[in-house]
Amino acid sequence: MIHVENLTKYYNDFCAVDRINLDIEKGEILGLLGPNGAGKTTTLRMLTGYFLPTSGTIRVKDYSIDESLLEIKKLMGYLPESAPLYHNMLVFDYLNYVAVIRGLKQDEKISRIRELADLCGLNDIMHNSIDELSKGLKQRVGLAHAMMSDPEILVLDEPTSGLDPNQIAEIRQIIRQIGKEKTIILSTHILSEAEATCDRVVIINQGKIIADDRMENLKQSGGQENFIQISLLDAEFSAVKDALSSIEGIIKVQQMDETQDGILNIRLACKTAVDLRKTIYQAIKQTDWNLIQLYRETKNLETIFRELTKEN
Amino acid sequence: MQQVVHIFSKELKDYFISPIAYIVISVFLLVTGWLFFTTFFLYNQADLRNFFNLLPITFAFVIPAVTMRLFSEEFNVGSYEILLTLPVTFRDIIIGKFLAGVVFIAAILIPTLSYPIFIAFLGQLDWGPVIGGYAGALLLGAAFSAIGLFASALTRNQIIAFIVGLVICFSLTVIDKMLFFFPERLLGVIGYIGADFHFQNISKGIIDSRDILYFLSIIFIGLYCTHIAVQEKK
Repeated sequence: MIHVENLTKYYNDFCAVDRINLDIEKGEILGLLGPNGAGKTTTLRMLTGYFLPTSGTIRVKDYSIDESLLEIKKLMGYLPESAPLYHNMLVFDYLNYVAVIRGLKQDEKISRIRELADLCGLNDIMHNSIDELSKGLKQRVGLAHAMMSDPEILVLDEPTSGLDPNQIAEIRQIIRQIGKEKTIILSTHILSEAEATCDRVVIINQGKIIADDRMENLKQSGGQENFIQISLLDAEFSAVKDALSSIEGIIKVQQMDETQDGILNIRLACKTAVDLRKTIYQAIKQTDWNLIQLYRETKNLETIFRELTKEN
Repeated sequence: MQQVVHIFSKELKDYFISPIAYIVISVFLLVTGWLFFTTFFLYNQADLRNFFNLLPITFAFVIPAVTMRLFSEEFNVGSYEILLTLPVTFRDIIIGKFLAGVVFIAAILIPTLSYPIFIAFLGQLDWGPVIGGYAGALLLGAAFSAIGLFASALTRNQIIAFIVGLVICFSLTVIDKMLFFFPERLLGVIGYIGADFHFQNISKGIIDSRDILYFLSIIFIGLYCTHIAVQEKK
């Protein structure tokens, strides 16, 4: 669907995006992750044709951005960061304007605006001026704006920034819903968001792609060991350590902290190859300790992200 | 072409929903009306020559104020990003905004039509120069709008856009009155650059293709420079 090759952008001498290669399939929800100033917004701006790349090529379907920018713009809906809408217009007037510019016919225009108003929850604010709206509402109007022509590709730059938790959940819900049929590219620096919405994650740092994989693969990759945490009642740490260290595959037994009520929290570093949960449980069953908790730590995006961005 | 119409109508609507439009119209009418009618009865002549004499200078102030927001505001709010990612070309945007400016200038001129009507009751009014004057005013307004649009495309600050536009329009208006500062050889060229000179020709009721060509050239240059300026922003 979208093919990006050696995309580079310089602002004077500063290299914001450095030879990025990307292929985005139809129907994918791609999350562009990175710390502030990593080049996410610049990349999206080049994809949508707002900025010209210093070098490199972008192809959307069969169109190249140098030759048929207008065609590409027709395929894309774009929500810029913090939704900079015309602040002196009414919500309805604004959506109407976008619909007209997007070439919707008179009869489908109204029904489309109605549809989007329902989807994005704009019915109560249709006749409010945009500059009176809160940030979350503005964001929703922006989302409706981006989806107006039912575009095949939706580009969303930090769609949930500045929203309250309820609104974030709503917006994610909407993204998930439309993501079933559309290709969506969204940027964020909130990791849980990428985890919640994206199929595939691209992490950029200092203008370069440092990771590009499906969500599941990313979570499993990296590190030689994984961790199992157990909590025991009526147990002595030294005894536990002796008992568990002998199990094949456990590298290290570590006491995390002793909470009140005599609960002993232990973290076990294990080799990644085998799942030791069963063995550990069997070992504990032999004793008279009471096991009250046992779980395997999954690597979350946060740790991966920190590892990857620190390296560079 | 259709996109030009959409952008044009949106910009024009924007003018009339904000109070600034009405303030500009009022100020314009107040200033021209006062300056014109304070001397009108002294001359004791039923014509609008004085009104049209004043017009280039007032336009040099009013038009940059009208056009200053066209691009600057979009840069400042960030809506420019939205505009550029809609399926429109630079040409659509520039021409749409320019036409909105021109039509707004025409709207400013409409109330002044009451002057010739009123004067026609007082004495024998020659309608030729009046029609020529209004045609010239439209051409002059369009030319200054193109310049103002260019100034607006340079900066995100509306005040700076206004001052840059004002300086260019004002210079064009007064340059043919400053001829004694220039070497003799350049006099012909510099005299020809002056907007006032061409405007006064038309407002005498003489429609000369050279004058029309002059204004069309200014419009073209203004719009072309705007195109370069916005392209440069990418």
